[in-house]
Amino acid sequence: MKLYMLFLLGKIGDYTLYYLEHAGRMNVFLGQCLWRILTPPYRIFPVIQQINFIGARSIFVIFFTGGFTGMVLALQGYYTLRKFGSEGLLGSAVALSLLRELGPVMAALMVIGRAGSAMTAEIGIMRNTEQIDALECMAVDPLRYIMVPKFIAAILSMPLLTAIFDVVGIFGGYLVGGFMLGVNGGTYFQGMYQSVVWNDVEMGLIKSLVFGLLIVWISTAKGYFLHWERSGGFGAEGVSRTTTSSVVLASVTVLVWDYLLSAIML
Amino acid sequence: MTEINSDDCQVVVELVGVEKHFAGQKVLSGVNLRVCEGTTTVIVGGSGEGKSVILKHMLGLVKPDAGRVEIFGRDIATATARELNDVRRDFGVLFQNVALFDSMTIFDNVALPLRERTHDRPQQIAARVDELLQMMDLPGVGAKYPAQLSGGMQKRVGLARALALNPKIVFFDEPTTGLDVHKSNEIYRLFHHTQARVGYTAVIVSHDVPKIFKLSDHVALLSEGVIQGQLTPEEFQRSENPLIREFVETTMGPIYSSEREEAAL
Repeated sequence: MKLYMLFLLGKIGDYTLYYLEHAGRMNVFLGQCLWRILTPPYRIFPVIQQINFIGARSIFVIFFTGGFTGMVLALQGYYTLRKFGSEGLLGSAVALSLLRELGPVMAALMVIGRAGSAMTAEIGIMRNTEQIDALECMAVDPLRYIMVPKFIAAILSMPLLTAIFDVVGIFGGYLVGGFMLGVNGGTYFQGMYQSVVWNDVEMGLIKSLVFGLLIVWISTAKGYFLHWERSGGFGAEGVSRTTTSSVVLASVTVLVWDYLLSAIML
Repeated sequence: MTEINSDDCQVVVELVGVEKHFAGQKVLSGVNLRVCEGTTTVIVGGSGEGKSVILKHMLGLVKPDAGRVEIFGRDIATATARELNDVRRDFGVLFQNVALFDSMTIFDNVALPLRERTHDRPQQIAARVDELLQMMDLPGVGAKYPAQLSGGMQKRVGLARALALNPKIVFFDEPTTGLDVHKSNEIYRLFHHTQARVGYTAVIVSHDVPKIFKLSDHVALLSEGVIQGQLTPEEFQRSENPLIREFVETTMGPIYSSEREEAAL
């Protein structure tokens, strides 16, 4: 019994130490990357390449998910609002949900799935095949060379993608509300105009900026520290496992931070 | 045991009492090694003895638990990231699995150190890359990707990349492992040729014994976690040290006898 207790305590300590160490490593990594963003030399072309990958090539999926999110919001909202005879508020309901919550969160989840996973896998494979060691031995800073363009691109792209998501979503809601459910188009946009204030837009913007940073941080750090993974970051399976855990961690972190930011800003 | 005096040469790499554990297992227990400028030192030893670990210490990728790793007189075990970067400016490395950037073309692979570390114009870089690929007998592969080349060609691209900035010291981790005799000879020929041209100091980890002896000025055997003697190839083959002797006999004696031959005896 005593031995078992000791074993248990040892395990708990072991895990605690590992996770503290990992958290420390990831935070130092974040600090180093942010410092390198601010200090020269600045490179434009790699950033544009990454904006193309993280931002531009995500537009299609953002367009689709945004449209359907707005449409289902209008559909669900309409039947609820009709019970109270306030279909006129449909526009403001759709717009506020999108701007404050669904836009930033859904766009972030889409970017995690599309670009975040790709970043973890790419960097993880580079780590596994000694490409990152090779860069270091050439006296080329891997953080500056690989991470910095991704950080800048993600932080710039997320608010823009969120904005696209919001606008497409609002028109998706109009499509369903106005054409299928017979809500007057003028009422839809008038209600929106009256209830949406700058604070709502700002909240979505700040959230999307924070989410952009969280996504790129977790995705790149997970790949970069693949060899420290407790479950073993070896070979193809190591990369796949780490990519999965990176997507899960990023998604959960985005939702937790969404709550925290809402609680602070509301 | 080590018979190289610091007086008669310019020491480039010096390991003093380097110890390293991995997960409770002692891999290096007090490694002493000294590499002189312009010479070629070969580290030999059985698989899993930690030859690559020594190399990783020299590259600053692994920090020793105890001891010093001095490159050009600077201890890189305690150096800051910036100092380490300065030291690495004179490095060229050919990794065991070559570690080419697999999502870049051969041209971009060789051009990367030039682009990142010099202020050369694109035309100058292109000319230099062409020259390097020409030197490695690899004309016209610039647009291909590493996966489209054979193992031997990949090694040569790796060598071209390692030599792009005329390094003062080049590290080779198993440069010929997995290549046939022909390809190995080609790599050795290129090694000779480039060392004569650039005049770099070379540290080679290899178990291509005895062929590798022809290239080397000094041979060091890693066994039981320590360097068993850093000698010239001739001295190495005549050494009285039992571990070296055993190594020489197993690798250079009757190299291979099949079961059928043994049965016939």
